[in-house]
Amino acid sequence: MADASTLFDKVWTDHVVVPETAETPAVIYIDLHLIHEVTTPQAFSLLRERGLAVRRPDLTLATMDHSTPTTPVASFKDLAVVGESAANQIRQMETNCRDFGIDLYGFGSEHRGIVHVIGPELGASQPGKTIVCGDSHTSTHGAFGALAFGIGTTEVGHVLATQCLLQRKPKSLAVNVSGRLPAGVTAKDVILAIIGEIGVGGGTGHVIEYRGDAIRALDMESRMTICNMSIEAGARAGLVGPDDTTIDYLAGRPRVPQGDAWDAAVRRWQNLRSDDDAVFDKTVSIDAAALQPMVTFGTNPGMVVGVNEPVPDAGDASFRKALEYMKVAPGKPMSENPVDIVFVGSCTNGRLSDLQQAAGVLEGRKVADGVRMLVVPGSQQVKRQAEELGLHRIFAEAGAEWRESGCSMCLGMNGDTVPSGQLSVSTSNRNFEGRQGIGARTVLASPATAAASAVTGRVTDPRTLT
Amino acid sequence: MDALTTLRSRTVVLPTRDIDTDQIIPARFLTTTTREGLGEGLFHDLRYDQGGAERAEFPLNDPATRDCEILVAGNNFGCGSSREHAPWALLDYGFRAVISTEFADIFRNNSLKNGLLPIIVDVDTHQWLIAHPGTELHVDVEASRLELPDGRAVEYPIDAFARYCLTQGIDQLGYLLQQSDAIATFEEVRPWKP
Repeated sequence: MADASTLFDKVWTDHVVVPETAETPAVIYIDLHLIHEVTTPQAFSLLRERGLAVRRPDLTLATMDHSTPTTPVASFKDLAVVGESAANQIRQMETNCRDFGIDLYGFGSEHRGIVHVIGPELGASQPGKTIVCGDSHTSTHGAFGALAFGIGTTEVGHVLATQCLLQRKPKSLAVNVSGRLPAGVTAKDVILAIIGEIGVGGGTGHVIEYRGDAIRALDMESRMTICNMSIEAGARAGLVGPDDTTIDYLAGRPRVPQGDAWDAAVRRWQNLRSDDDAVFDKTVSIDAAALQPMVTFGTNPGMVVGVNEPVPDAGDASFRKALEYMKVAPGKPMSENPVDIVFVGSCTNGRLSDLQQAAGVLEGRKVADGVRMLVVPGSQQVKRQAEELGLHRIFAEAGAEWRESGCSMCLGMNGDTVPSGQLSVSTSNRNFEGRQGIGARTVLASPATAAASAVTGRVTDPRTLT
Repeated sequence: MDALTTLRSRTVVLPTRDIDTDQIIPARFLTTTTREGLGEGLFHDLRYDQGGAERAEFPLNDPATRDCEILVAGNNFGCGSSREHAPWALLDYGFRAVISTEFADIFRNNSLKNGLLPIIVDVDTHQWLIAHPGTELHVDVEASRLELPDGRAVEYPIDAFARYCLTQGIDQLGYLLQQSDAIATFEEVRPWKP
């Protein structure tokens, strides 16, 4: 009993270089460092100032995603669309990777895409690894049973120079989702419901393990959607124990171990799970059968409600301020709100199955008059796969824009923004004030709900269109 | 980073809870490649309307608050994006400490690595501070103690190592680099290689 440990305990213990004491945090080894153009320039400057090299360029994976255009880039002249400052940042990323010997999946690379989409699709995100990135949605990779979390730029410098981080061990939180999801209810609805239940600070200081038969039944892309938004509940990371679904997903991908090493890795991964009698610091239970399509109504991802249910009426000054910003009336369902923009994409919902979900709703239908719909694949590979399936034609025929990959309108750094006052139904992860553009009003939803809302011009339950 | 051993300042209060790092520094200011000058973007869309005029009701726009080095904010300050530009912007503007009942993990880590002190206080102390903007506070960083003008002293939790680095003005990379032998050994002996 004393030896029972959680999956998180096991991955943590496996990476302790120097144990923590009352005076000093643990030194934790990092197996995969993902880097992108926005949160690394100051870290590379630090390395130059101190004359330091990158310790393990072979464990560092670089791409450009945040400030990149989603219109085609044939040369640097095409970067003008994102502005001089962003273009400079993109050029600096190329210089930094060249100077420090890091392979960069840049423009022209078939592997370029959002860091949290390409790590998994390359097979670099694997069970039992520690994975970090200067981006809070690094929790995505926890879907593989990895301990994956976001760090700041100073820590990016630490990992570049030493491949290690100084960390205090977080606590553990079990989120059990039991039962079967009703038809038409997706992973995005599950995670929005979880955040609504525990709140945007409910996971602070904790690593979540998502458990239960409803989680087991999900495919890898759905698990990624769930783990991705762990940070939106304040959690340090979120993970799911690896199983056959995980191993089947990874088989044959370019960065997984090959030959005998693959067999050895699979054996190791099959034993990587929380012990039956492991004790979590906190436990939350969710009944999958009671879930429905969820949408946010306020200015953080915990302000969430069933798509047909009335927006709650109670709350403090911060709550009322959020409703005022959103121009949402309490007591009425979100389905009464007209929609200006629909965004399908991001590290939360920019994978092939997400685009299929949206296309499934849009096929044979049109985006409503006056609604602009933007579909941004999570990576160039997702883009190619979607085009092979003809999804781009479904989007085009419906009247949606089909773009190159990137973070795009999730955070509006690259010029893809929501105009002030407009209401956006977005498959991204944050509905903060101004996140998608100054004055933008964001409603977070699943790809199916987003597509259904594009068709009707109002926030819409996708189950009503099937 | 500059050492912080003691701090004496009046407070400015932002009572809203869950202030995220997008509010602290909007994404469009993140295309910079340096740490400097981010104070201009601090709370930008809360400080200015879309025409660029100051919003009179926003506390930081009260000239009397301009010298305040301590920000008192609502619960769960700094949630959301991991952008270290958030503490950089607060420091560049002139803040050295933020007081709340809870901070998001990444924001708290980032702050401590840059000499910005996150102070966690109990709900009662927090409510009193929110109700009394402009209060002169004394922070004894060595003792992890906040002293209120009525003589009350409140101890706050802080990681011992982070406090040591803060009061000495040293960053943590030097310490990590000293672990090079242990790191090399770990890479050598671990049972599987990434």
